[in-house]
Amino acid sequence: MQRIGVFVCWCGSNIAGTVDVQAVSDALGKEPGVVFSTNYQYMCSQAGQDMIKQAIKEHNLTGIVICSCSPRMHEATFRKTAAAAGINPYMVEIANIREQCSWIHKDMKEGTEKAIVLGRTAIAKVHLNTPLVPGESPVTKRALVIGGGIAGIQTALDIADAGFYVDIVEKKPTIGGKMAQLDKTFPTLDCAACILTPKMVDVAQHERIRIFSYSEVEHVSGFVGNFDVTIKKKARYVKEDVCTGCGLCTEKCPQKKVPNEFNLGMDNRRAIYIPFAQAVPKVATIDADYCTMLKTGKCGVCSKVCTAKAIDYTQKDEFIEEKYGAIVAATGFNPISMDKFDEFAYSQSKDVITSLEFERLMNAAGPTAGKLVRPSDGVHPHKIVFVQCVGSRCAACAEKGKEYCSKICCMYTAKHAMLTRDKYPDTDVTVFYIDVRTPGKQFDEFYRRAVEEYGVHYIKGMVGKVSPEGNKLIVQGSDLIANKQLKIEADLVVLAAAIEPDKSARPLATMLTASMDTNDFFTEAHPKLRPVESPTAGIFLSGACQGPKDIPETVSQAGAAAAKVIGLLSKDKLTGNPCVAHSDEMMCNGCSTCEKVCPYGAITYQDKEFRGPNRTTLIRRVAQVNEAVCQGCGCCTVACPSGAMDLKGFASKQIMAEVDAICK
Amino acid sequence: MQKITREALIEKAAALLSEGKVDRVLGWKSGEFSYDVTPAIFNNVEEMQKDFVYGDFSGANFSKYLVKETKKDGKVLIFLKPCDTYSFNQLLTEHRFDREKVYAVGIPCDGMIDENKIKQAVGDGILSIVSESETVKVETLYDGVKELNRADVFSERCLNCKSKKHVAYDELIGEDGLVLDSNRFDEVAKLEKMTADERFAFWQNELSRCIRCNACRDICPACTCEKCVFDNPNSGVENKAAANSFEEKMFHIIRAFHVAGRCTDCGECSRVCPQHIPLHLLNRKFIKDINTFYGDYQAGAEVGSRAPLVNYTKEDIEPSEAVNRGDE
Repeated sequence: MQRIGVFVCWCGSNIAGTVDVQAVSDALGKEPGVVFSTNYQYMCSQAGQDMIKQAIKEHNLTGIVICSCSPRMHEATFRKTAAAAGINPYMVEIANIREQCSWIHKDMKEGTEKAIVLGRTAIAKVHLNTPLVPGESPVTKRALVIGGGIAGIQTALDIADAGFYVDIVEKKPTIGGKMAQLDKTFPTLDCAACILTPKMVDVAQHERIRIFSYSEVEHVSGFVGNFDVTIKKKARYVKEDVCTGCGLCTEKCPQKKVPNEFNLGMDNRRAIYIPFAQAVPKVATIDADYCTMLKTGKCGVCSKVCTAKAIDYTQKDEFIEEKYGAIVAATGFNPISMDKFDEFAYSQSKDVITSLEFERLMNAAGPTAGKLVRPSDGVHPHKIVFVQCVGSRCAACAEKGKEYCSKICCMYTAKHAMLTRDKYPDTDVTVFYIDVRTPGKQFDEFYRRAVEEYGVHYIKGMVGKVSPEGNKLIVQGSDLIANKQLKIEADLVVLAAAIEPDKSARPLATMLTASMDTNDFFTEAHPKLRPVESPTAGIFLSGACQGPKDIPETVSQAGAAAAKVIGLLSKDKLTGNPCVAHSDEMMCNGCSTCEKVCPYGAITYQDKEFRGPNRTTLIRRVAQVNEAVCQGCGCCTVACPSGAMDLKGFASKQIMAEVDAICK
Repeated sequence: MQKITREALIEKAAALLSEGKVDRVLGWKSGEFSYDVTPAIFNNVEEMQKDFVYGDFSGANFSKYLVKETKKDGKVLIFLKPCDTYSFNQLLTEHRFDREKVYAVGIPCDGMIDENKIKQAVGDGILSIVSESETVKVETLYDGVKELNRADVFSERCLNCKSKKHVAYDELIGEDGLVLDSNRFDEVAKLEKMTADERFAFWQNELSRCIRCNACRDICPACTCEKCVFDNPNSGVENKAAANSFEEKMFHIIRAFHVAGRCTDCGECSRVCPQHIPLHLLNRKFIKDINTFYGDYQAGAEVGSRAPLVNYTKEDIEPSEAVNRGDE
């Protein structure tokens, strides 16, 4: 029989405000096995912890129940306290009477009742707890960064500069991401390429960084410190180590009608291409969907003109297996599709464009060499209307857009408006906005400059309809301050489309067993205190895959993620989790179900000899768990048809005891 | 239609026994009544000639017997009807018997008869049952000879036969058939159309007849645990199932969950149920749902296949989708 001590925390008024802590400690003190029960203002404080230690000694406690906040907050704290007083840390159970009780109840009576039930549940579990001892596992001192935009680039550089090896996996033929497509960056208006490309070169030249471009993560297994990753290097039909990036093939390729995704389809490229001049790696890639040689076997022009003999039409996808200690998700964002926003006539008129398309139109390396013209007829526009929040803050139309604020649109629209007025003073610029949000260093000053110095017309209100008429666009909107409807004849309409996480993020999150929110942004381990870590150990988050972010924020987060990775990789050994699976060999069928569901590859099978009746020997196939690899997820315990698999610290019996205690 | 005779099977077994390819034969043995056929082991041709039967009532699926039989020395001959071969494969997938110790002879099947349907049609006192190609002649003590349509007395699983194709064998007698388009999910669809209360009442009525004889579990080729959770006081399940009048429901629901994704829909559970509970419908509901959510999957169609419930593919639907559809 355990000798259990119960410690009820007030958490100041957080718990005591809606839970009668005295009543809880009195009630739980009467539970069988409980020999000591008390309550205190802050159990996690030094005084509170000393109280626990003293009680352990005075009452010879063998098990501890702390009724407090979520175990995610202080389980580790109280386990250390117990260990310091000489009892096994896994004899401590937390009853969460804050997040799961006091915070969600208003009525003291209800709250108290539930707190008692939760405490009783934890007591039921402690009765069945057994001391557990964790093992250790080594750390592979190499990091994987998934995504080669500015977030991935910065994270990789910071990790590599600290002395660790880093691999970047980028699905496009070049690193650089969205930032490479931008023209100028707010609030300083320096050119994106001028500040990004030196970093891309740094990455390429760094002795500890490898770039897997035109590659994707195919499979991830393992756990913190010991991930096994398969990377698919897609066939680019060009030998990367041989190609000099001279670009001759991209000029001679006869297939000229391939929409250029780097310019968002506003011009064409060849079937063999280098996305842009400063691409890293500067290596050509053949687009298999358009290459005549790959499709029909007749052409081979690029191969003929290539002096380096780099073209290889027989190249196949290559699979690379590598071990990593840490993985950083930096998969970035995309503007949402405008398909569902036909009121803005995006599909009807070439002169209704998104902001990212506008960036390309303004960019000296863009389809118009930086000349701002209407995509339909190449004529200089004299009247431009910018529409903000297209698909953002769209609570009422959640099936069309996004409920959240995309955060960057106010600033880049101010930038676009300002740049237009600066370069083309004869062009009149109107911006429709719901709110202008400029919380950032030098941000509001920037927006004020657009209004005050550059004479951009800001109209508070939303555009209801854009209709093409002749070569004009009729923009109907409301001016909420003047309280009137407006009809503006525009030459060009620019839509600030909401941004969303890249589509590759969700399947990746599943591979990484990292959690996501309903918008497919990666979830942090703690929104305030652990913003760059995923709840899954060893997985870190960098950039817009965690939430909408501008470049300064992305770079700071990238550095923060790198710091966390460095902290992990600088350890030689990690203390494991003793709550691992084990198989009852007398019950195991050897059916392989557990092996199939194990995400970590921790289960193998062995033909083992067992004693049968009448001095016979039976050979049976039974499951073996590698405790260093098992992460205690418990998949096997629920998949096992015969109930032979169980989890230490979370045994089915313990969980059933908890359920019984709740239902009592 | 291919009709396979008792004599042909004995001849095949005799040849294999004399060649030393097998040491014993797993087959059907006549019981007290002609429709009362039981599984048996035959060690030689003489034993077979005495007791071996094969006919309209040889419905028993022998695959599960291999778990125990292959633990013994020597090789066993098994006759597999097409539907049995799925269980055979599923058991192999789960490493439940030693394939090296089995010689499997695939035999065609044109459907087995449900003796209960005959009893319903002719009443008690059955003396003999003689099968013709389209009809069955039943002689009873009280009523003389009655002729029934074979199709009217086929067992449910044969009426809804899912496959005439053997998916596993060492040797085949006769021609192999095809996987069929069966209507086996129609009955499930009917249950799905009921309101929750109607469905509960339906199952309450069916399951209240259960006498917990465990026949369904003992015959089920997917139930081959070393120790069944219902026999294990440590599992915490056995006393839950016995908690109150809810017992039978819990037993059958837990069992259906345990075999979900592994059940080949062989129909043995319903065949052996002395209380005639349509237990196969529980399993078919799972199969139908798995097919809907993850694409068509037939347990046992091949050895080593990864069942959708213990596999992950990028195309898998989100769990929330299953919850949403569950609300319908």
